[in-house]
Amino acid sequence: MGLLNWRFLEENIFKILMIFSILIVVGSLILIFTVIVFNGVSSISIEMLTQTSSPRFYLSKGGGGMLNAIVGSLLLAIPATAIAFLIGICIALYLQRDFIHPGISNFIRLCLDILWGVPSIIYGIFCMTIMIALGMSTSLLFGIIALTLLEIPIITRSIDESIKMVPLGLKESAYSLGSTKFETAIKVVRRQALPGIIAGVLLGLGRGIGDAASILLTVGDSNFIPTSIYQSTAALPTMILNLLSMPDPNVQSKAHAVAFVLLIIVLFISIISRTLTKKSTKYVIK
Amino acid sequence: MLNIHIETKNLNVTYHNNHVLKNVNIKIPAKQLTAIIGPSGCGKTTLLKSFNRLLDIRDDIIISGEIIVDNENILDHKGSDIPDIRKKMGLLSQKPSPLPMSIYDNVAYGQRIHNKKSKEELDEIVKHCLKEAGLWDEVKDRLHEPATRLSAGQQQRLCLARAIAVKPEVLLCDEPTSALDPISAQQIEKLLLKLKKEYTVVLVTHTLRQAKRVADYLIFLYFGEVVEEGSSHDFFNNPKDPRTKAYLEGEIS
Amino acid sequence: MDKRKLRDLIGTKLMLIITIFSAFIFFLILFTLITGSLYIIEDQSITKLLFSSTWKPRSGEFGLLGVIVGTIIVTSLAMIISIPISLLTAIYIVEYSHKKIRQIIRPFIDVLAGVPSVVYGLCAFIVFVPLVRDVIAPFFGEYNSSGFSIFTAALILSIMVFPIIISLCVESFNAVPIELKEASLSVGATKWETVKKVVFRASGPGVISAILLGFGRAFGETIAVSMVIGNQEKIPSSLFSQGQTLASIIAQNYIDVMSLPKLESALIFVGLILFVVVLIFNLLGFLVLRKARSRWDY
Repeated sequence: MGLLNWRFLEENIFKILMIFSILIVVGSLILIFTVIVFNGVSSISIEMLTQTSSPRFYLSKGGGGMLNAIVGSLLLAIPATAIAFLIGICIALYLQRDFIHPGISNFIRLCLDILWGVPSIIYGIFCMTIMIALGMSTSLLFGIIALTLLEIPIITRSIDESIKMVPLGLKESAYSLGSTKFETAIKVVRRQALPGIIAGVLLGLGRGIGDAASILLTVGDSNFIPTSIYQSTAALPTMILNLLSMPDPNVQSKAHAVAFVLLIIVLFISIISRTLTKKSTKYVIK
Repeated sequence: MLNIHIETKNLNVTYHNNHVLKNVNIKIPAKQLTAIIGPSGCGKTTLLKSFNRLLDIRDDIIISGEIIVDNENILDHKGSDIPDIRKKMGLLSQKPSPLPMSIYDNVAYGQRIHNKKSKEELDEIVKHCLKEAGLWDEVKDRLHEPATRLSAGQQQRLCLARAIAVKPEVLLCDEPTSALDPISAQQIEKLLLKLKKEYTVVLVTHTLRQAKRVADYLIFLYFGEVVEEGSSHDFFNNPKDPRTKAYLEGEIS
Repeated sequence: MDKRKLRDLIGTKLMLIITIFSAFIFFLILFTLITGSLYIIEDQSITKLLFSSTWKPRSGEFGLLGVIVGTIIVTSLAMIISIPISLLTAIYIVEYSHKKIRQIIRPFIDVLAGVPSVVYGLCAFIVFVPLVRDVIAPFFGEYNSSGFSIFTAALILSIMVFPIIISLCVESFNAVPIELKEASLSVGATKWETVKKVVFRASGPGVISAILLGFGRAFGETIAVSMVIGNQEKIPSSLFSQGQTLASIIAQNYIDVMSLPKLESALIFVGLILFVVVLIFNLLGFLVLRKARSRWDY
């Protein structure tokens, strides 16, 4: 059975390569976590979390903390996610077969997919162009707009996909009981697609907090927690970049602490997403 | 006395913590058509797929007992022998499943894996098998088209051709006509009747009428247990177990 | 009009408006990018922008050739590293791993996907830069590399691309009907042969789409790349020399936009190139998927 042995040899070689590959992938994640956690934990302190930065923050040791960046990131991401959700759910519901011609809905899905793949810096450029044209300066407002644009495709397509998976039978039962299209859309579909919707929204939120490129050009920087939507603000990702560009290694190590905080926040959102999705799946009919 | 091709001894299969097959002891006669019948969900397909160790690919499965083919317990064999064990048994699924390649490549698939045959030899084999499956005339001009373009009935006959191309000894058929229109179903049944002269055919079916039409030997499986087995004549005219009688009369289905 | 019907009508029309708005955004962005680029195009001419390799904004030089070359090299290298590893991982997850391993790996991949690019960049800054400088570059005979290089950027990019390709491929492989795999195994094929000849072919469109998406991500990644690539706009002389990509050049130069007016238009032009390339790749992916689906309709 010579040929059989060759065939298994080939399989075994590839099995070894597969194990290698999976070790590389898992290893990368472990590497990232270890590096950020190690370096972050050693640089972090209570002041860093509870104080805002002062000008000295970027020049030498001490000088306050990252509170303005934490609050700034939240003030950017939460409104952006909320608006993107509202817009997204309207679009996703409208894309369902009952409302429009499939050709149009496929075209819109294609547009959304392209927008999803667009590098986030493009949203930054787009908002920056408008900002300059209007003669305005970097602010919370444009950051929120940029993040909203970034999140719309993500949230919309997630919701769209989960609504698509609602079995046709459910919708048909609802119609036969006399609901209008709109009512069916809202009531029946919402429950069934809930896990997917939650996952999509939290995915968008995580993106909104972590993305640097879209806010880099639009948000500026500030040592204070913004009190108006027209003020510039600090944000966690931009703070990391600014700290890292300083020559003093003591200052650079603060970037590790900020990155650590950012990673924890993103991880936290991911865990919440998983838990909520599991919980809401109990309403879902398979 | 009939020749026995496949024999199971105390076969037990537990799948996802469900005891699907309970102490199954059966003998499948050679070169005859044996039908495994019974209500849905009673383990018929599981029994069928245990014969060629196809159950191995599922998670959460525990198999114990013996399955004896050609005097060997196939459950004893280690992984590297399994492809050869499987080669002896062709499979025809419920849902026609042409491989994602041309009609020619579908039929030649098995031979290409196992041997190095020349193009002429492969051409011969493909032609022969498609003729056996009654498909040659319909596809001879488009052998290199994707197999997915065929109708369901044609696809099923293609799967049959593909299965016999590796010269198996047994044909395992899992409700092969349930997804087909009546005409295609009839064609498949005719083919099976022809093929049972050369191969041992094991057919899972949940239509009694089909079993009546084609089977030589019957095995009645009810909730994972073998209730009764026997030749077609004995089974339909003299059922011994009350459950068999109930099934034949349509009280349970 | 009946109240419910009225609500239905308003609700439907509102959704329509918002949906048109979304398609509109796409064209609005394209329009803004085009009009914003016109200034620099008139000033410099497209050939000079694309084929000169001198980038000195303060002197009015906006040649992007070095940047374009850098982008091609970084992206290709990242894909060359990432594709085989991702495919093998995906196959392993679907076909060869135990249920328990699958349950652990899944969250791993999801988390990898959610890590922000700054964090990836920081990690590359801390670990890969010294690694390239002290170990990898000297291994290939380069002793002068600062560690900030094309290679370093490609390295971190390949890791960022893993989750995309892996999760899409896993989805495609899982979608292959089990009857197909059973059919192949039943004629005596080994599991690997089934994967090679059946699973891959049946999920071909999904795999291609995964690769195209991964490519788009690698191509457009701005932050992590700008942190480790060295930011030199010349044509790179080796894998271990510093370079620049189309995405990272924007991050690097945006600060000077207010003081150098032509720079704003130049960066918008770069943005336009990015947008158009991503657009072309997505369209390609869409067309490939459609054509392949019509051929293998599972």
